[in-house]
Amino acid sequence: MHELSVTENILAIALRHAEKAQARRVTDLYLVIGQMASIVDDSVQFYWDIISAGTPAEGARLHFQRVPTELQCLNCNRRYAPADDDFACPDCRSQQIRVVAGEEFYLDAIEIE
Amino acid sequence: MSQRVTVVENILNANDQIAEQNMAQLEASGVTAVNLMASPGAGKTSLILSTVDRLVRRLRLGVVEGDTAPVTIDSERVLAKGVPAVQINTGGGCHLDAVMLQSALTQLDLDQLDLLIVENVGNLVCPANFRLGAQRNVLIASVPEGDDKPYKYPGMYRGVDALVINKIDLLPYTPFDMDYFCRGVEMLNPGLATFPLSCRTGEGLDDWIDWLVEQVRARRRV
Repeated sequence: MHELSVTENILAIALRHAEKAQARRVTDLYLVIGQMASIVDDSVQFYWDIISAGTPAEGARLHFQRVPTELQCLNCNRRYAPADDDFACPDCRSQQIRVVAGEEFYLDAIEIE
Repeated sequence: MSQRVTVVENILNANDQIAEQNMAQLEASGVTAVNLMASPGAGKTSLILSTVDRLVRRLRLGVVEGDTAPVTIDSERVLAKGVPAVQINTGGGCHLDAVMLQSALTQLDLDQLDLLIVENVGNLVCPANFRLGAQRNVLIASVPEGDDKPYKYPGMYRGVDALVINKIDLLPYTPFDMDYFCRGVEMLNPGLATFPLSCRTGEGLDDWIDWLVEQVRARRRV
């Protein structure tokens, strides 16, 4: 269900920008999705095929750019990819961290004709 | 001829905009809204009922109940305590979104409320992504769920303003490691206000109630 409403949003954003650019159709969508954003690519694709039918974006290809989680230690500034159940800094073991990447959830660009 | 158009638009932008309108409406009426999220069975309804019992004579309360099925069990239990309650049926949907709350707000007399408690759909994944416009987002974890949940559902633990750990009366009967659990929480959400309690025994509820009252007072003062 979650992916359905997400996919509807993707379609709405793409169509709005396509219309603004006076496009005949949308051929490609470039999505940027962080590892921590709980979205399943296959499921979005599944809904996409159904809900894009009959719109100028019908049959458009979805490109998913997955961004791995990256954290930064606020103590020693080291940047690192966290282990599954250990987010602490691998160097100084500090738990004061900030998320640098991995929470992205946006439509980066579309290709139109 | 193919042409690339830069978009760079958040996929949930539409929801976020409605959420902002909801928050503006709540602020205008001086209502503090709390979005309660948790997995099914963590004790959302129990916490609401316990909270209503303790606050009904101190604050003007309202409750919005989100459910996936058209069951009014929860809202009827709240109404029975003399508190206005609105039921939202998501029709199988896994989360509340800002539009659903917007429509629920029209069914409440906001000017007559101090605190609005919104019970989200039982789910540890989806509700984190859909802001409602409540000023405070609260997660209820519960001891039987296990101590690994912060590590498995980081999105949920990152986005909240307070954490309730319910069913602490069951701690002696489970392998739940409170230190391990809290370490995960601290890394994801440093300094998070955390309330270990038991709705069943009442232990720890006072601190939670004090926190809620403080959120309402802070808004009333400004």
